[in-house]
Amino acid sequence: MWNYSEKVKDHFFNPRNVGVLDAPDGVGEVGSIACGDALKLMIKVAPADARITDARFQTFGCGSAIASSSALTEMIIGKTIDEALTVTNQDIAGYLGGLPPEKMHCSVMGAEALRAAIANYRGEALEADDDEDGALVCKCFGITEGLLSRAIRTNALTTVETVTAYTKAGGSCATCRDKIEMVLGDVNAEMVSEGLLESAKAFRYRGRGLGETAPVTTPATARPTPPARPAQLRPAQAAVKPAGAKPAGGPMTLVKKIALIQEALEAVRPTFQRDGGDVELVDVEGDTVSVQLFGTCVDCSMSAFTLHMVQEKLSEALGRPVRVVPADDSMAA
Amino acid sequence: MQPAIYLDNNATTRVDPEVVSAMLPFFTEHFGNASSMHGFGTAAGAGLARARTQVQALLGAAHDHEVVFTSGGSESNATAILAALAASPERREIVTSAVEHPAVLALCQYLAKQEGYELHIIPVDDKGRLDLDAYRAALSERVAVVSIMWANNETGTIFPVEHLAVMAKALDIPFHTDAVQMVGKSTLSLADSAIDLLSLSGHKLHAPKGIGALYVKRGTRFRPLIRGGHQERGRRAGTENIPGIVGLGRAAELALAGLADENTRVRGLRDRLEQGLLARIEHCFVTGDVENRLPNTANIAFEFIEGEAILLLLNREGVAASSGSACTSGSLEPSHVMRAMGIPYTAAHGATRFSLSRETTEADIDRVIEVLPGIIARLRGLSPYWNAAEGTAKSFEPAYA
Repeated sequence: MWNYSEKVKDHFFNPRNVGVLDAPDGVGEVGSIACGDALKLMIKVAPADARITDARFQTFGCGSAIASSSALTEMIIGKTIDEALTVTNQDIAGYLGGLPPEKMHCSVMGAEALRAAIANYRGEALEADDDEDGALVCKCFGITEGLLSRAIRTNALTTVETVTAYTKAGGSCATCRDKIEMVLGDVNAEMVSEGLLESAKAFRYRGRGLGETAPVTTPATARPTPPARPAQLRPAQAAVKPAGAKPAGGPMTLVKKIALIQEALEAVRPTFQRDGGDVELVDVEGDTVSVQLFGTCVDCSMSAFTLHMVQEKLSEALGRPVRVVPADDSMAA
Repeated sequence: MQPAIYLDNNATTRVDPEVVSAMLPFFTEHFGNASSMHGFGTAAGAGLARARTQVQALLGAAHDHEVVFTSGGSESNATAILAALAASPERREIVTSAVEHPAVLALCQYLAKQEGYELHIIPVDDKGRLDLDAYRAALSERVAVVSIMWANNETGTIFPVEHLAVMAKALDIPFHTDAVQMVGKSTLSLADSAIDLLSLSGHKLHAPKGIGALYVKRGTRFRPLIRGGHQERGRRAGTENIPGIVGLGRAAELALAGLADENTRVRGLRDRLEQGLLARIEHCFVTGDVENRLPNTANIAFEFIEGEAILLLLNREGVAASSGSACTSGSLEPSHVMRAMGIPYTAAHGATRFSLSRETTEADIDRVIEVLPGIIARLRGLSPYWNAAEGTAKSFEPAYA
């Protein structure tokens, strides 16, 4: 069992400010049921001094997610919007007497919901967030570059593992590991130049040849050799030979290959559509097939498993093992 | 707080007091090394020999020397798989399933990655049933070992392992099964089966942790994992854990005697629990192959809520259960078993396992049926998804006057 502080237990067993606010002035929603946790934060703001007079939440998630939401509401009621904006995930975790490292992402979720609720109150369109918040880095958990940067800065993160613990990014299929490293390298470099981080501690991205022998490539199209894979390898990434596949007779033309892949994808699409999603072929490069997931599939934590399923079907159709990866927006463009 | 109602017996069981009393003399009285020539050694050796026949009886094995004592399930699994690979170095493929315990799955993935073995991971359907066509297709003379679990630890789903072993035997492939959840819950007759290697674990059947056994059918080609001594006929070196072995022997004897109870009374309690919960809680369902599973296991997926929160609230009511949710495991995803079955994410996060034992009482079950509906309702009350879901459900259910 997790070693939760008494304060966490108290806020989990007796959550404050649960429920829905009538006519809220700001609403922030983060996470999704697929990710395993989601938070809807509602705030009431007094027009005179922009002070938060009431806050309510609804949370789907584990003990620390519920406790973090509860703590957040207690912390922001009575604060002005400007004061509330200074609340970081560290403050939430601190208020709760600390959280286990694997659970820090719960406090990050709280801070992000607050940010979203205030943006909503100020009339900043949440949809516009995509531009402001940068590209989606982790498709499995729907984590943007902006969220990563904030979590890295606020918590002085310097390793990919802690970034995953604090934001969940890279915790599923891990295909975004390289992008996380890029963001981590960039943000750490900024922090060093601002005197917020010791240079020796900063993470250095290896793909960009910072005195390394690796060739310098432009990030947009770079596909550097992936670093050592994390320990928890999924079946999808192991050298899986599809059961029952026959070795192909001879080399297959690209057209033939794509036709076979299309055919196999068509066969699995109904499964996706049943769940309100869809899948589309984007690119074929050697034995790597990029597909685009749509609808509920996009931020489904099962997307890694889904990709594994697609991978098996495609491997079966082609009679040889292939690797199926989520299409990268920047690469597809 | 110590929960009073323990429904997590697939994780581990309470050591039976009779097992403890069988073990005690072997700590302070018969503490000798079974290999020694003197009287201390003789007493230890006698305990070892008796335990071997006790385990043999539970397995329905033809010979007592087919039982090799190990430190537990994980060692047995590793020994079996690595022994089979070492015995056929020219064969470079391994067949296993998508829902194995990590002790098998992680080892196979390691072997694929580090040693270049080709891995066939046989999928399961939405009820957790093995894809037999895929299994058949994966078998060939290139396969060094098949390792498929007998019963799944999360859902209790039983695979047709005896049939799978016959299929493997036809191609002369060694067949291993991780049976740690199966042994002690069903009558076994390994003497009449084509199973070559079988793992069992003491602490799943009311013996202590740190003791287990590997069944090695007579004539099976074998290479020891741990070398050095002549113990276990050279198949597992190291001074025997005599108290543990004696405990496992006694536990095997008790399990054999309790098989009827397990399959009648315990099964009845499990069904009562399931039916009681399904009747009182909406939007939940049983995962796994309901028709074909262990008598003690119920895995129920509660939609729109998260497993860890359920467990924390159950624990406060004195009930111990477990969950396949991401948060309880410390990973970020629901269990690989739930994902392999394609359980929708709306439910996979709320999958909760209740695993009973012969010590479970009717009062235990009734208590869970009493408290759980309130816990589920409470968490759904917190969930931003619940109102919408309720609305959806209502719109599909016409109201009758």
